[in-house]
Amino acid sequence: MSLNTALPAPPPGFTGYLAEEHHHDYGGDTVFGFWIYILSDCILFATLFAVFAVLQGNYAGTIEAVDLVELDYVLGETALLLLSSFTFGMAMLAANANSMKGLLGWLGITWLLGGGFLVMEVNEFIHFTHEGAAAWSSGAWSAFYGLIGTHGLHVFAGMMWMLVLGALLLRDGLTAHNRVRLMCLSLFWHFLDIIWICVFSFVYLMGVL
Amino acid sequence: MKKTLTRGCLRLGIASLMLLLSGCNFWLFDPKGPIAEEQMWLIIICALVMLIVVVPVTIMGVVFPIRYAKGKRVEKYRPDWQHSNRIEAVVWTIPILIIIALGAITLVTSYTLDPRQPIESEKPTMVVQVVAMDWKWLFIYPEEGIATVNEMALPVGTPVEFLVTSDTVMNSFFIPQLGTQIYAMSGMENRVHLMADEPGEYRGFSANYSGFGFSGMKFTAIATNNAGFDDWVAKVKASPESLDDERLAELRKKSRDVPPMHFASVNPLLFTDIIEQYAGALNGQ
Amino acid sequence: MASNHTIVTEPHILFGKLTLDSIPYHDPILVTTFIVVLIGSLGIVGSVIYFGKLKYLWDEWITSVDHKKIGIMYIITALIMMLRGFSDALLMRSQQAIAVADSSGAGYLPPEHYDQIFTAHGVIMIFFVAMPFIVGLMNIVVPLQIGARDVAFPFLNSLSFWLFVVGALMLNISLFLGEFAATGWLAYPPLSGLEYSPWVGVDYWLWALQISGIGTLLTGVNFVVTILRMRAPGMKLMQMPVFTWTSLCANVLIVAAFPILTVSLTLLTLDRYIGTHFFTGDMGGNQMMYVNLIWAWGHPEVYILILPAFGIFSEVTATFSRKRLFGYTALIWATACIMLLSFVVWLHHFFTMGAGASVNAFFGIATMIISIPTGVKLFNWLFTMYRGQVEYSSPMWWTVAFFLTFAIGGATGVMLAIPAANFVLHNSLFLVAHFHNVIIGGALFGYFAGFTYWFPKATGFMLDEKLGKWACSLWTVGFFLAFMPLYVLGFMGMTRRLNYYDNPVWNAWLIVAACGALIVLCGILVQLYQIFASIRDQRKNRDHSGDPWGGRTLEWSTSSPPPFYNFAHLPQVRDRDHWHDMKENGLAWQRPEAYQRIHMPRNTWAGVVISGFAMMMGFAMVWHIWWMAALGTAGMIASWIIHAFLNDKDYYVEADEVQAIEDQRYRRLEAADDRVEEADVVTISV
Repeated sequence: MSLNTALPAPPPGFTGYLAEEHHHDYGGDTVFGFWIYILSDCILFATLFAVFAVLQGNYAGTIEAVDLVELDYVLGETALLLLSSFTFGMAMLAANANSMKGLLGWLGITWLLGGGFLVMEVNEFIHFTHEGAAAWSSGAWSAFYGLIGTHGLHVFAGMMWMLVLGALLLRDGLTAHNRVRLMCLSLFWHFLDIIWICVFSFVYLMGVL
Repeated sequence: MKKTLTRGCLRLGIASLMLLLSGCNFWLFDPKGPIAEEQMWLIIICALVMLIVVVPVTIMGVVFPIRYAKGKRVEKYRPDWQHSNRIEAVVWTIPILIIIALGAITLVTSYTLDPRQPIESEKPTMVVQVVAMDWKWLFIYPEEGIATVNEMALPVGTPVEFLVTSDTVMNSFFIPQLGTQIYAMSGMENRVHLMADEPGEYRGFSANYSGFGFSGMKFTAIATNNAGFDDWVAKVKASPESLDDERLAELRKKSRDVPPMHFASVNPLLFTDIIEQYAGALNGQ
Repeated sequence: MASNHTIVTEPHILFGKLTLDSIPYHDPILVTTFIVVLIGSLGIVGSVIYFGKLKYLWDEWITSVDHKKIGIMYIITALIMMLRGFSDALLMRSQQAIAVADSSGAGYLPPEHYDQIFTAHGVIMIFFVAMPFIVGLMNIVVPLQIGARDVAFPFLNSLSFWLFVVGALMLNISLFLGEFAATGWLAYPPLSGLEYSPWVGVDYWLWALQISGIGTLLTGVNFVVTILRMRAPGMKLMQMPVFTWTSLCANVLIVAAFPILTVSLTLLTLDRYIGTHFFTGDMGGNQMMYVNLIWAWGHPEVYILILPAFGIFSEVTATFSRKRLFGYTALIWATACIMLLSFVVWLHHFFTMGAGASVNAFFGIATMIISIPTGVKLFNWLFTMYRGQVEYSSPMWWTVAFFLTFAIGGATGVMLAIPAANFVLHNSLFLVAHFHNVIIGGALFGYFAGFTYWFPKATGFMLDEKLGKWACSLWTVGFFLAFMPLYVLGFMGMTRRLNYYDNPVWNAWLIVAACGALIVLCGILVQLYQIFASIRDQRKNRDHSGDPWGGRTLEWSTSSPPPFYNFAHLPQVRDRDHWHDMKENGLAWQRPEAYQRIHMPRNTWAGVVISGFAMMMGFAMVWHIWWMAALGTAGMIASWIIHAFLNDKDYYVEADEVQAIEDQRYRRLEAADDRVEEADVVTISV
């Protein structure tokens, strides 16, 4: 068939429309859409990392991260968040096994671990601010709080979402809708974990070493 | 109706051509220094090269719809024709060749006309420090120890290195007839090398919007021979004013349409001080 | 204006920074405008209530998740905002036409007013005219072109639209309450920082863009999923209509670029609200970083605007040349190239910042490379007309106007891309002329072509062809008169954003440019009359066939306007020009034997309510009314959660209802009895 000639006649029976429709996978759309959203969030964090990279030395005479950061403490935070990723994995396994009890239990543990992480982070922020390293102290600190604060806000949003989803699960059980939501939240939670690993490596480790 | 419109357009075209030819109002085509001159030729060459595409596209854009209008050349009508290797090859190759040519020009001129590239000359380069303020330009001549506002002078044939910073928001330091503009930014030192070939008074201004007084942020660049420059320096030195802290504080206040000022003396470190007043400044990086 | 207000530094606990003084009642122009707007809106609201249409509006439009209706609402908003943005343009042109003087105070607009006007003009035209116009067209057309019944996430689509409306409303409120930014449309710090812009103008800018920007980001996600996952059975990627392809690329760009805008705006907001040092001049802030970030978003944004316009030209040229599109594959690859390259050129917006020669050369050459695929596209459209049977309908007129104007804009763009030439052309009126050349000649003419082309599809009746051609002619002549002088003025060394100037030689050119703007005004008035006259004569202009132009793609296979479910049966596609294929093989307008029930999303209040709270939050943040901001935020979250708890979000249209609607359509088709001629070559009487 040449490109520049008319198409051959359609096969017999070809009507140009579908007489019987297949079921459309709406849940698949949602999860795919959520992936696209995660990609855009990646770019958001990439931008914040770039901002951090540009500003990281600009202390302008304020106290520097080397003198403030306690790696052990941050390792504690990291452990909490990594563990919460693991427990979320367990929650997903429970969901796949249709165990509502297991699911809610593991989600609860995840929530507490996430909460612990946030409390530690806020505690660190307060401590730093008292030591003269507030978001408004210098460019380097603005970038520090900007990046880590955005991650913290995401974790907070994830925890709120978990509460809402918990309530939906209690009301409706493991419906198809709720499974899709669970899948998205799980993506979100693991994504935040990966971002945190980058934060830990670039901000804390490289900042201290 | 259409005829009067075309006739009107024609008349307007002739009028504009007359306007074009009257006097040297085209600063970009009336260069007074080597940098601006090279840039003029660059613009002209690039415009001519681009005509290789613009002219055929525009002609085809008019001719094709007329030639192949509905009902015309019906025998040539090929409704399923959609691909031709030959045409594809041509329409990709021509733009690619043009861009290779222009890319080469870009690459070379990016280096030769780099603002930081000193201008080769037998005469030593002179340094002028430039500070953008709200809304005026401060010029400091560190060697002569003088400062001026909204007026500067430079000897013809001597390369000048302008060190540019801002005491306020972002501005752009630009004397079109000498060439290249450069941003003036607080806490930073930018530099641009320019030279005047011909004596004359050239307009300089800020080319980056900087607030309500922006439109009046203009100055005169006086290009003279060496004797004229010395006279100018002597005139500035004879001024009763000197740029002390009090006068500086006054200058820093917002003011519009500021007439030229001369200061017989100035703190030799003023330029650095202005940059370093911004804690954590980038210091000429 | 801004000069004689009092700036409240300690916000009042109830009213924040808002005082009676914030109302510019001493400005007669603004007071008059305000009264007119107030009477106008009261009149509209009043008549809606009087005629008992409130429920209809709420049920059928405000809460609608139908992509066609959302698209129509986007375009209406865009047209209204265009009137405002264009008024700003007229004010600027007239000011510059008379403001020859040695010192401030020339003309009739003081800088305090004028500088807000050019800022608002840029912001409005890009964010609140071009963006909604093209998003509106995508909304109406893309699902129809791919044979889908709606977008992937109908609720998010409604939310996107209403968030965008919030941004537009906030921008308009700034006219009558407080001030707008006077910083230029991209608000470079430190000028946009608290020290140099202490009042609320920049805050309006920040929150208006932030809120509508989030809406745009959601649109991006929505359309990427829609196009990639909801195509009709059989439609492969390389069988998608070109408009869908360019929309896909534009939406990928949205997803990739808008987060950068979100971050830039947020960081500037933090600088202004809590005193951080991201972009400040001191304490380690970096103003150059803002310029980099905003253009890392800004350049892809340009392509978000223009790629879909390229798609429109492709559709229009092929349809009215009565031929297949020439070089489809090359066009798609060219589009994809442009999409990728648009991320590595942002520095060309500030070669004069003083980066090294190597950096400048890299970005200069990268920019030029973009012109290669762009040039190829132009040739493809030209060769689509070659050996065709070109019909001069008004969409085609806009396309020819584009051929006439766009090549010049492209050429001047290449000139600006050479760093060493840019050093003297940057920020001059040459630059202003260039980007208007590509945005008007390239994007806007495309939108108008698309608007005329798809108008009958969305409404069921045609726009008046004769008036459309008048509008196109006036726009084109006006465009050349308005912008060619600006190129000249650029060579004369005139820089942009001047409130007055002391060079009398420039004046003549600026007067010519002002005349050009007046001719464009005539074009716009003709367009308004065209819309009015076409609605008035809609009976006469009605399109019964669903395919008034002899289209080639799927959207023309359904009725005009399409039923809310778009297609009674999903199409089965085997060719790019599916509808043309159907017509060629006698399969078009065939009546199916039976219908099935159809799954559809329900309307929802959530989009408009969440956006209402977003408006409350944004307004409160601008004025530092903290309690109200907290209330708005809480309201947004609460209504989102309530929406999540609702289960009744979709329903089935039963087969007999579909049958009834389709019966009507086929009755209309037979009554009009234009099916036979339509299938052949379409004739449009002008």
